[in-house]
Amino acid sequence: MLILECPYCGVKAEETELSAGGEAHLTRFGPGSDDDQFHDYLFMRENPKGVHFERWRHANGCGKWFHAARCTTSLEVFGTYAAQTTEPPQEIKDKITAKRPGWSWREFSDASE
Amino acid sequence: MRWSMTKKGKSRMSNPVTAINGAQFAGMATVKDAGLQGMITLRGDLGSKPLMAAVKAATGADVPDRGRISRVADGAVAWMSPDELMLLVPYEVAQIKTAELAQALKGEHALAANVSDARAFFSVSGHGAREVLAKIAPVDFSCENFAAGDFRRSRTAQVAAAFWLEEDDSFRLVWFRSVGAYMFGLLSAAAHPKSQVGVY
Repeated sequence: MLILECPYCGVKAEETELSAGGEAHLTRFGPGSDDDQFHDYLFMRENPKGVHFERWRHANGCGKWFHAARCTTSLEVFGTYAAQTTEPPQEIKDKITAKRPGWSWREFSDASE
Repeated sequence: MRWSMTKKGKSRMSNPVTAINGAQFAGMATVKDAGLQGMITLRGDLGSKPLMAAVKAATGADVPDRGRISRVADGAVAWMSPDELMLLVPYEVAQIKTAELAQALKGEHALAANVSDARAFFSVSGHGAREVLAKIAPVDFSCENFAAGDFRRSRTAQVAAAFWLEEDDSFRLVWFRSVGAYMFGLLSAAAHPKSQVGVY
């Protein structure tokens, strides 16, 4: 059972109260981009064993989107944060570094490496 | 009956009824139709002064803290999301209060809508109330975690719900009207006298 704390309500919401929104921090390539960029934007997704960043919506609650950082193997949740950001906040990165030294995910990684 | 106009030329007033029309069920908790309730959805910047003043003028209650409901004699204000409140007012004045809010918030980035007839409103009371709700919602209903004045949006079985606890330890619950009959059936089953689990 996955429990994520909604950063807007402060509610510890259980999975059935939420809806999953796929991978976080995607850069949109639309009109003007080339075919490869558009292809990658549409189809290429991370499928990591370990640290992962996702979008979630508090669907049966405040209805807001937010981000979550968690581990896909242990289901450990490192933290949740607001949707209005293009990269994980430093505080979240630090928490992950403390628990998974040497982690990396797309362009983000353990800064101490 | 033929569609007709009254002698004065005004169309007939409709006779408002609730979703389950006064039904109630007594088991390990009492599930009751809580009657017609005026409800106004208000969206906007909850920290803005004009909005706070308009809310106070419409209901007599202050804008509540996150996850809370603030209540006065015949009104209340509930925290729905970072930019949404639900205002409870007497059913008869919901229309006029909505218009007053819209007037008071002219020029503000805000929207008020009268949703009274879009909702079903129940009460669940009695010593088994916490347990009855715990069976159908993924929420910790223990006394320490859910106290009087706490307000929560969540789901009950398959539908979205909002609920809070009154001072007298009875719950008030709000759903979309279309699921009113379903909810009454569900709550009645959850409150069946022989279905006690005994967690709370």
